[in-house]
Amino acid sequence: MTHELNLPNQPVPSQKGTGHHEPERHETEHKAQQQNNQTTLMIEGAGCVSCVGKIEGALKQVPGVQSANMNFADRTVLVEGAVSPDQLIQAVQKAGYQAKASANNGVDTLEEKEEEDFKYYKRLLRDMAIALSLGIPLMAYGLITGEMSVNTPTERVVWLIVGLLTLSVMIFSGKHFYTGAWKSFKNHSANMDTLIALGTGTAWLYSMVVVLFPEIMPSVARHVYFEATAMIIGLINLGLALELKARGRTSEAIKRLIGLQPKTARVVRNGQEIDIPIEDVVIGDNVRVRPGEKISVDGVVIEGHTAIDESMLTGEPIPVEKQLGDEVIAGTINKTGSLIFEATRVGKDTALAHIINMVKHAQNSKPPIGRLADVISTYFVPVIMIIAVLSALAWLNFGPEPSLAFAIVSATTVLIIACPCALGLATPMSVMVGVGKAAEAGVLIRNGEALQTASKITAMVLDKTGTITLGEPKVTDIVLTSDESKDTVLQLAASLESGSEHPLALAITESAKEKQLDLLTVDTFNTIAGHGVEATITGKQLLFGNEKLMISKHIEIAAFVDQAQSLAAEAKTPMYFAVDGKLSAIIAVADPIKEDSIAAIQRLQANGVRVVMLTGDNRNTAKAVAEKVGITEFYAEVLPEDKTQKVQALQMEGEIVGMTGDGINDAPALAMANVGFAIGTGTDVAIESADITLMRGSLHGLADAIAISKATLSNIKQNLFGAFVYNAAGVPIAAGILYPVFGVLMSPIIAGAAMAFSSVTVVSNANRLRFFKANKS
Amino acid sequence: MMIINLLGLALIALIIWWFWIYQPKNESLEAVQHQPIKVANGVYQPAFVTVPANQEATLSFIRTDESPCAETLVFPELNISETLPLNHVIEIKLPALTPGSYTFHCQMQMYRGQIRVEGES
Ligand SMILES: [Cu+2]
Repeated sequence: MTHELNLPNQPVPSQKGTGHHEPERHETEHKAQQQNNQTTLMIEGAGCVSCVGKIEGALKQVPGVQSANMNFADRTVLVEGAVSPDQLIQAVQKAGYQAKASANNGVDTLEEKEEEDFKYYKRLLRDMAIALSLGIPLMAYGLITGEMSVNTPTERVVWLIVGLLTLSVMIFSGKHFYTGAWKSFKNHSANMDTLIALGTGTAWLYSMVVVLFPEIMPSVARHVYFEATAMIIGLINLGLALELKARGRTSEAIKRLIGLQPKTARVVRNGQEIDIPIEDVVIGDNVRVRPGEKISVDGVVIEGHTAIDESMLTGEPIPVEKQLGDEVIAGTINKTGSLIFEATRVGKDTALAHIINMVKHAQNSKPPIGRLADVISTYFVPVIMIIAVLSALAWLNFGPEPSLAFAIVSATTVLIIACPCALGLATPMSVMVGVGKAAEAGVLIRNGEALQTASKITAMVLDKTGTITLGEPKVTDIVLTSDESKDTVLQLAASLESGSEHPLALAITESAKEKQLDLLTVDTFNTIAGHGVEATITGKQLLFGNEKLMISKHIEIAAFVDQAQSLAAEAKTPMYFAVDGKLSAIIAVADPIKEDSIAAIQRLQANGVRVVMLTGDNRNTAKAVAEKVGITEFYAEVLPEDKTQKVQALQMEGEIVGMTGDGINDAPALAMANVGFAIGTGTDVAIESADITLMRGSLHGLADAIAISKATLSNIKQNLFGAFVYNAAGVPIAAGILYPVFGVLMSPIIAGAAMAFSSVTVVSNANRLRFFKANKS
Repeated sequence: MMIINLLGLALIALIIWWFWIYQPKNESLEAVQHQPIKVANGVYQPAFVTVPANQEATLSFIRTDESPCAETLVFPELNISETLPLNHVIEIKLPALTPGSYTFHCQMQMYRGQIRVEGES
């Protein structure tokens, strides 16, 4: 169980093709087999070293066990052999010890958890029903007759029976409050249970004294409060049950993520396709995926092509085309074609597993805003106990008769109405839902602090390359200047550039590949440094390069120079292409702006965020891009190390700065910014230096992240405000502050109901966040 | 009446002493390694553990309490948060720490515990 997130940042090891040698393959398979037949048991109750032999011996006798080795220091036994953990646990139990299968935190404990939660829920409801079936009739009797006092001997007997019935309800339905209260009392700590136990206990004890020794009480104070005890226990159990239900919904996002993981995979082994459990898939396995099926582990496509729906992870609604060499991510859904991919990451290493881990971790972390509530809840319960005592004393000293009854009622009501849970739940519940909601939109928030700061961002610094633009140059324009067709031009140009690794050349070959143009054989080839290339293909004399190349080779370009320059003004790089001494086309290559960058930047600006662009590119390109996306403030020719300074400068101006970059070159600037956003692509989901990772390349993620964090923060504030006000108003009223003016004292039953529903309200309010729509501008 | 008031004040003093002033005895790390810390009935048992300074340590926890709050274990100063599935032993690896006390608690701080790191800094 590590708590540190070491998320993969390294590229997927590329093992394309079938470069595996057979013997190697066998070995991996063999190892995997062994691993899967290992079980680790945690042993309880093994006090001495002599137990080791006994436990090992007992385990070795289980048929199928090859070996059993106990580590006495950490009380674990490693058992090898294909045996179910249950059988092993039984064997240990027979030997007189307790054993538990060690938890492999995550995927498979989800169902177990749901089952246990449901069992607990049913038990709470049962406890509630029992308590209320005594409490409601009693309360009704009290309301109708107005008579709950002990005067005659018959009444004494009847109330004694009721008192014992109440005791059995307390034992049966409220046992967990009393044991909890006692255990934590012994630990010098106090919690909700303490308050409930003290409150109901006081009411019951007082009533029993009235019943057993009426003569020691003044006759006006001979009143019993059994109904309060029963009702409070019933109502609080109901509250807990409702809270449990509502809590279940707060973790819907993480459940959905866990649910994305398929249980089996169809792998090709020894030439046969077999379905195996997901845990048995090893790196290097060839996995077959049919249309409509989920991708089981991370991998690289080695056969087939298809479109894959990645929306569940990235929030990107349009299915992504995948072909040979492309990465596929566990949990995404194959739409159209059949596919074979080679597994590159399995088990806990898949992107999905990392996302789940990260989201879980973030959901449990607290934003600074919750700190005050934390401090308060540390002192809360003892303070309430003191207030209860003070309130009782006040009634005894200054209250009207029967002052003893008033003192008991007010103390009980104070204890019952005070709700530390509402305070304690206010922040975590909203963070839980907010972080989950963000994950659904493809936004991974590292922790509560990042969440809170993101809600306050006033300025957003964007790196140009790879953030506003795609980061991969593409052919944007082919301007024909002769009667060759575009395809022919592209085919020839691509064939010519096929040997080059230059990014511009790559853009052209990629573009030809996309159009499925075959590359032709290059006969002669000659690079002219600083100018371009010269080659012959199928007898054609080709020239490809800049203006200087054309001039030196006497190609007529004068008529097209303007066109080339206007392309350059749009942040594109124009290149001339000539066939047999005649200019045939101008091919422009550029790093295109992402489709939705303009809209996303507008959205940020509309939300009052100052958007600043930084780039290492020259001023002209920077200006062209900035103008196109509507950014007025930009800095060109910024060296990577100067990015940090720019962020700092903005901070000096009093801005809360968000910085968005690719997370690798921009790491220092991301760290300097108040919130660092990294743009993840594909499986490269979470980047160390970033506070927030956008799984989808789109900048809409930034606006989404800010919107979700704002919504979460205001939800937290509502919750905290509600919990503070509830306690600050409820406790004095329960103590009887309204009595001198209005002559009313709150009933402990009302207090019980209020307390039970205050925490339910907090959780339900947090759940409202689930319906928040981030992508509405 | 006087006596009742004095009794009340004594009770308040007792509450303050019991919950805030009293320093509970700490359990040694060794004792905890033999038996995981139990999360049950609203408390961690034991809730106070002494850990030697400047070396990594492992604490194991087992939750038998169904209350959903108990499910999350947080070490706020160490930025650790872990989910404790019911009836499973979960190990928490603590980094090497400087002397001092570090708290751990459940999601809404109803369950609280403390590790005291002792030794030379
Ligand atoms: Cu409460």
